[in-house]
Amino acid sequence: MMAHMKPSSGAHVGANNSVSHIMWQVMLALSPATAFGLLCFGWPALNLFVITVLSAVVFEAFCIRLKGRAAKPVIMDGSAVLTGWLLAMTLPPWAPWWIGVVGSGLAIILGKQVYGGLGQNLFNPAMLARVALLISFPIEMTTWANVSPLFFSHSPGLIESWHITFSGLDTIDASTGATTLGFIKTEFSQNRLLTDILKDYSGFRNFIGATRGSLGETSTLLLGLGGIWLIRRNIIQWQIPVSLLLTVMLLAGVFHAVDSEHYVSPLLHLNSGALMCVAFFIATDYVTSPNTPTGQLVFGAGCGLLIFVIRTWGAYPEGAGFAVLLMNSATPLIDHYIRPRIYGRDRKGKPLEIPKS
Amino acid sequence: MLSFFKKPRFRGGVHAEEHKTATAALPIADNFPLPKKLYIPLQQHVGKPAEPLIMVGEKVLKGQLLAYSQGLISAPVHAPSSGVIVDVNDYPAPHPSALPIRMIVLETDGKDEWVKTQTVDDPFQLNPEEISLRVGAAGIVGLGGATFPTAVKLNMGRENHVDTLIINGSECEPYLCCDDRLMQERAEQIIDGVRLMLHGMESEYAVVAIEDNKPQAYLAMLAAAEPYPTVSVIQIPTRYPMGWDRQLIGYVTGKEVPVGCRSSEVGVTIHNVGTAYAVHKAIRYGQPLLGRVVTVAGGAVKRPMNVEVPFGTLISELFEFCEVDKEQTARIIMGGPMMGDSLPHVGLPTVKATSGILALTQSELKNTDEQPCIRCASCVSVCPAGLRPLDMANNIRINQLDAAVDLGLKDCISCGCCSYICPSNIPLVQYFKYASGEVMARQQAQHKSEQTKRLIDARNARMERIAQQQREDELARIAAKAERERLKAEQEALV
Repeated sequence: MMAHMKPSSGAHVGANNSVSHIMWQVMLALSPATAFGLLCFGWPALNLFVITVLSAVVFEAFCIRLKGRAAKPVIMDGSAVLTGWLLAMTLPPWAPWWIGVVGSGLAIILGKQVYGGLGQNLFNPAMLARVALLISFPIEMTTWANVSPLFFSHSPGLIESWHITFSGLDTIDASTGATTLGFIKTEFSQNRLLTDILKDYSGFRNFIGATRGSLGETSTLLLGLGGIWLIRRNIIQWQIPVSLLLTVMLLAGVFHAVDSEHYVSPLLHLNSGALMCVAFFIATDYVTSPNTPTGQLVFGAGCGLLIFVIRTWGAYPEGAGFAVLLMNSATPLIDHYIRPRIYGRDRKGKPLEIPKS
Repeated sequence: MLSFFKKPRFRGGVHAEEHKTATAALPIADNFPLPKKLYIPLQQHVGKPAEPLIMVGEKVLKGQLLAYSQGLISAPVHAPSSGVIVDVNDYPAPHPSALPIRMIVLETDGKDEWVKTQTVDDPFQLNPEEISLRVGAAGIVGLGGATFPTAVKLNMGRENHVDTLIINGSECEPYLCCDDRLMQERAEQIIDGVRLMLHGMESEYAVVAIEDNKPQAYLAMLAAAEPYPTVSVIQIPTRYPMGWDRQLIGYVTGKEVPVGCRSSEVGVTIHNVGTAYAVHKAIRYGQPLLGRVVTVAGGAVKRPMNVEVPFGTLISELFEFCEVDKEQTARIIMGGPMMGDSLPHVGLPTVKATSGILALTQSELKNTDEQPCIRCASCVSVCPAGLRPLDMANNIRINQLDAAVDLGLKDCISCGCCSYICPSNIPLVQYFKYASGEVMARQQAQHKSEQTKRLIDARNARMERIAQQQREDELARIAAKAERERLKAEQEALV
């Protein structure tokens, strides 16, 4: 007689997927936009990206060792790399090295491990870190480098890039400026009107991403394509991105229609890589978003509403991070109230009536 | 079908890799050598075990009644072949625990000699009650795996005036294709069984639903049903768990069965194709249920096949016949890989519920390296019952079983979709089965303590009543004595 191990319940077979597989696919979807960002902002951006991702991994390993567990299998699930990656994408491309390190520390330690590690955190770690950095270091976090592609003569070379990353920019004004949304915000305070402000705005350059902005958040096109690929691969569901983008578009459309000199057009809103990044990659984070389709629709709409409100009337033009964090805190509530209907029961959980025929 | 626009016709579910090609093209093997010994459990069905009426040493013929059904929900057991009863005792059950249950051990004589059977010329002349009676006496139970006594279901259908009989030919579990082969090879007999069931339930029409990954079975059944307007054959999408009765009822009729009700209460009854075939044999030829087609498959099986075996055949003999590689076998499963039970060893008999025996290799099994839940909610989207497995599992992990029950633990059908899809390899169904058992044990314990308390209270009240009675008697006696003394004193005074 063959003797066989402890008894186990079904399913004895499984779908061919794993946590790390999911994480790597998300990174794959992020990589075109990231590569484009690195190309646009050159060596300093690459330095920052590598430093941020590496320090995220180091902090994760440190925390796991503190728990007395083997770090390698946990690192291999790819979640720390992804967190570092997402954080790096939202940083100003020429930010100094310590921004990346502090950011990763905040994301991994305060954003994730203090809650108990993977799957336990209430807030999206990358967004938590970004918002904390933005409040703590407003200068460094809003110094946006000009587009200066790799291998161009006026772009910083390797040596210069080390200088930028490790000791800061010498000639800030010459090589930096404001992002489109930030520019609009400051110009509004000068009482200028939109048609005047947007004279130099190029929708096309924003669409492909050759514009000032966060390291990997400039290209609407590439982020959007990556996100659609994730939906096609069934890694993320359509509910959050669609409801988020629709809400922003509808609100912006209504306000723009009423007063087109003071409210930015819905297309300009949509045509910002940051919004795409949040809609497809940040708000869809499994851990911090609701787990029913209806809940996800509500969550996405909430994010969209808050993004619009913060962008339009708030102090931070790049308000998506705040919006996501606020909705993250509402996720348990959404999950509590929005549940799928159980088979054979009504929405309240009472058995259905037998139909009279 | 009217419900197409009202709600999705299929909720949740997964499309598992089918693994059916190895056996689906092979005819059912009928050359399985008759085993020397058959181990026939007295309980192969839902309900009370059957009660043996034979003696050890008695000679029996094929089809002879060995144990009679006991109570309302039960089924009799018959001799799968002729021979001598050598033992009635406890042997390991085909169950993950392999705990002993009562079995009749029959030593076959190789003659396979039939008992005299009762045939009928025109079964449609029998009255419907008689059909149920004969089906019950033949020991027929639901052969899809639920093993609910078929006669009881026929009766319920008749009493509830069910109009639709659904015949479940979905066979949605991967690897299994015994029903597929049965439909391909014995379509006419199955359709005859379906018509007999319709007659037994006094229902109007039957729908045979077959998953669209079995086109040959569909065509065969379609041809067989062609002369009969009351029986229609339809194709349904291939998606697990299509064979869940409620799912199939919803898909075919658009009806939803309320929690706590039987499907016959909404006017539908569902039977398996194998059951219909068994009904045909029982009514037309008076043959009780003695064996079934079993799929033997899996990566460790050299000659995978569908084979007709008598009940009580040990899995070890089946494996020998199909040349199973013992070294490569990582897990033995009775049933399909989604809902089947893993068996600890092969010294266990096949029973009425055995639709398949799988010998899977390590590479076929799901990875058991458990990782933290990332709340990806795949389990929520695949759950056909509309539960949230991840939240239930979280509550069970911290022993908050009441919270899990509130989330719908009791509505879980253990279909295994959540475990199948989970990227973190969390054994969700295992959690739910554990919790259900624990909740039941706790309820029983609570019931017991309540019962004990009630008895103690009753005893205290009784003792109190007795003490009160005694006190009253004592007072009465004292009073009587005083009265007597008073009378005596009065008499003395008079004197």
